[in-house]
Formats: sequence, structure tokens, C-alpha cells
Amino acid sequence: MIDAMILLQNLAKTFRRARVLNGIDLAVGLGERVALIGSNGAGKTTLIRCLLGEYACDGTVRIDGLDPRRQRTAVLGKIGFVPQLPPPLRMPVGQLIEFSAALCGTDPARIAAVAGRLGLDVEAIRTRQFVRLSGGMKQKLLIAIALGRDARLLIMDEPAANLDPEARKIFFDLLAQRLEDATMIISSHRLDEVSSLVNRVVEMDMGRVVLDDKVAEDVALTDVFACRIVLKRFEPAFAKALDGWNFDADAERLVWQGAVAGPDRLRFLGLMSRYTGLVSDLSLMEG
Amino acid sequence: MKQLLLTARLDIVESLRARWFQVYTLVFGGIVALLFVFGLTESRVLGFIGLSRLLVTYIQLTMAILPIFVLITTVRSVAGDREAGVFEYLLALPISLGAWFWGKILGRYAVIFAPVFLAMLGATLWGYFDGIEIPWGMFAYYTALLAVMALCFLGIGMLLSAVARTTDVAQGAAFLVWLALLLFLDLILLGVMIQGRIDPELAVAIALANPLQVFRTAALAMFDPQLIVLGPAAYVILDLFGAAGFRIFALVYPAALGIGAALLGYHLFRKGDLL
Repeated sequence: MIDAMILLQNLAKTFRRARVLNGIDLAVGLGERVALIGSNGAGKTTLIRCLLGEYACDGTVRIDGLDPRRQRTAVLGKIGFVPQLPPPLRMPVGQLIEFSAALCGTDPARIAAVAGRLGLDVEAIRTRQFVRLSGGMKQKLLIAIALGRDARLLIMDEPAANLDPEARKIFFDLLAQRLEDATMIISSHRLDEVSSLVNRVVEMDMGRVVLDDKVAEDVALTDVFACRIVLKRFEPAFAKALDGWNFDADAERLVWQGAVAGPDRLRFLGLMSRYTGLVSDLSLMEG
Repeated sequence: MKQLLLTARLDIVESLRARWFQVYTLVFGGIVALLFVFGLTESRVLGFIGLSRLLVTYIQLTMAILPIFVLITTVRSVAGDREAGVFEYLLALPISLGAWFWGKILGRYAVIFAPVFLAMLGATLWGYFDGIEIPWGMFAYYTALLAVMALCFLGIGMLLSAVARTTDVAQGAAFLVWLALLLFLDLILLGVMIQGRIDPELAVAIALANPLQVFRTAALAMFDPQLIVLGPAAYVILDLFGAAGFRIFALVYPAALGIGAALLGYHLFRKGDLL
């Protein structure tokens, strides 16, 4: 599979005596969206760092046919990366955008535009230190930097974890726009967090790939479900839980209606399961 | 080149906002201010008066503070950034490792040299406008000495940062290096070793290899050409080199040591895990 976007052959990584990656073989083609799942210590982060050329490792790593250690800038020029934990950068937001844009050969305005779509007004926070932003704002900015350029491979570590439902919906739309021209690796501890985003699942355990399967996904990233919920009685906690999902209620606040992004429906139903005793009727209609 | 300058600028901005830099600037600015407040320009030692006296005292204090300050802050911030995930993110951007490493050194060099130099320049300008005679030759040589001192310990700091995996180990190693250099000053272990009839050539070699000793001797040579206040090792060194020769050596050797350490650090950084 020479034209694979990612090609790993017998990839191994050892820290002192601990073997963290143990002979991984994997090929990921263009346009594939892979969920990289596994428990803590499974080797997901180490694998990602090998893909980014940040670790010296044994075996073969090729991104679009290039070695990320030897052809570093050419490889990383194709990759948009969103880390799980935002780095504690003291530089102002404006400088981070300009620094990233200059290195990636993109227009800072393009990054600002993606951030704007995610609900982050870059102009308002341009002079603020990155480290002083809220968790959600940091996440939106890092996503904007990754998506605000022509990356052919998106590597994202729990990218939507800190986003509000509205921003998640837009994030899914942004990813949907890249389906044809980008490969995606989305890492997570839990499959249900990312299952709706991917069409392939790779599970790791003890440094090995223990599952590599396709996902049958009938719902597109851009699909929206019309949702109607009828309550037996009003509870303020329920209204608070729906805060951010942009639902409207009737005068008695017993009937709630709104739209749920297709990839977010599992997460939404998980939220609803906490109010099972309160809900007398619930419908999700595609269209 | 663009990537290198971008990284240097980034490091300068990050450092300017860091607490260590504020303390660092305050320390050197404070030293100069205190020297003026205590009327050092009015006092006389071994014939030195006015700004010469102040500069000599300033360089002596700087030699005591700058090495440990540069070593600790460099390894702390570099290893700390690595641990905190700053490297993980920024090194995932398309930047060459050379531009990253040398850009970081360039930025950090500007940040550590500027306060010590500006404090000395400020003192000189103050003296100039106050009508005190300015020893320009001494000012120029001390500037060069400060520049080389910063380069030397920055290079060693970057080497330690490349070798050590954690902030704790990096800090411990930096402190040990500084302690070893301090102990082999001619007034401490080296003096004891000479008293214990160590081969003088070995004592000279140890003294010549110790950048702290080299700086100390070079600074004192301007202050006290007869080396009355120096220990025996420095006396032997000056006897071999001569005052002018040693002044040149005191600039060339530590600069080479710093650059060599940085080159080795870069080699190790590039070859191994970046995080």
C-alpha cells in the first residue's frame, strides 16, 4: 500500500526497558477517519508522537511517503495537530496565530475565520496571553490553527472534549468539509466520544493494535436531527443541562424543541438518560 | 533564517513575560543602583576610583550571580516547557530542528545578555552625564567578557537541557556543574591542591579549563595587574600568558566552550526523542 497517507511497519518504541509500542503495522489511506482508542498507557500518545517525528523509534514511519524524522518540515507541513492538553504558552493569541501561520504558510486571517466560525472572536482576545484563556477558548484556537490551513492529515487528541454543543456542531461541519482531501486520526480513551466522527476504529492495548475495524456510519457529519422532548414536570436542573444546546421551550417549559448534530446524538442521548424519570416523550427526526 | 528569527522572537516574548526574567532584570538593575547609592564611585581601592571602581565591583558580582542564574533559568524553562507540553505542540509545527534549537539560543541569549549589559551601560551613561571620567577600554572589555560569559553558560545550560529528561534532573545537574566550577576556583580546592604539592601544570590546566576561574582572573587582571589578591594558580597562568594574551584567551576559550556545548546539545537533541 505505497500510496497510503500513513504507513507504519513494525513500529516499536522503548523507553529504557519499557516497550511502549510493540511492532505496529498499520496503513491508513487518504480520506479515512480513524478513531485511535485505548486505555491509559495503551500507546496512543506515543504513536502520535512517532507520527509527528517527535520520538526516535524503530521500524518504518511514512507520512505520504515521507519520513517524519528526516523530512520533518515537509511532513509537518501536511499535518494539522490538536493536542489533548493545550500548551501553557505565555505569548499573546495574535502572536501565536502569526507564528503558526508563518510556519505553515497560511494566512492568519484564515485561522481567525475558522476560530470565528467556532465562536471565538480573535480580535477581542488578540493581546491576551494564550495561557490565560479558558479551556474551551484554547481548544477552539488550536482547532482553528490546525484547520486554518491545507493540512492533508489531521491528528487530533480528544479535540471536541472542551467544546460546547454549538461549537461541536460547527467543528463537525468543518471536519465534513475536509472529508475528501484529508485523513484524520482522532485519539480518545472512549469510542463513544468519537465513534460518530470516524469510519474506522483502531484500538490499542499494551503497545499493540488489538482491533482494526471499519465503522458502518449512515449518518453524515453534517446531518442534523430535529429533537422534541416532553417533560412530566419542569426541573431547573434539566433546563441547565440543556443550556448550550440551543433548545426552545413552551410557556410551561414542558415541551422543548431544538436541533442536534448527527455526530453528537449519542452524547445527547447520554445526557438525556440522566433525566429518564422526567421525560415522558422524546423524538429525534433526521432531516 | 525566517524560522530561526521567528523562534528567537517567540522565545524573547515568552521570556519577557516569565517571572525569572523580571527577577533577573531586577537583580542586575538593583546591583548597579545599590553601587551608586552606596557611593562606590567615590571610594578608592588599589588606586581605582570613580566608574572604574564601580565597573570592577559590578563585574565581580555579575560573575558570582550570572552563571548560576543562566544555568538554572535555562534548564528550568527548557526542560519545563518540554514537560508542560510546549515542545509537543510547537515541534508539531513545520519548523526545522536547527531553526528551533538555535533560534531558542539566539532569543535566550538576547534576553540574558541585555539586562546585564544595559545595567552596565546605564551606569556608564549616568557617570558620563555626572561628569565622571569613563574608562572606555575597561567598559568595552567588560562588555565582551559579559557577552562571552552569557554565551558560555547558555551553551552549557542548553546541553544540560538536551541531556536531562525532567526539570528536577536538569536543575540538579545545572547546580552540580556550577558547584564543581566554583569548587575549582584557585581560592578553594585548587589552592588546597597546590598546597598539597600537586603538579603545578595540572593545577594550571584545571584553572584554564574552568570558565569561572578564567573570567575571574581576566576581570581581576584589569583591576590588579600584579595579582596581589589572587591565589597561586592565577599567578602561574598570567606568568605563562602575559596580561594581554590572557585577556584574549579569556574571551576565546569560554566562547568556544559555550558554542561547543551548544553544538553537542544540538546533536543530542536532534538524534534523540524531542520530548
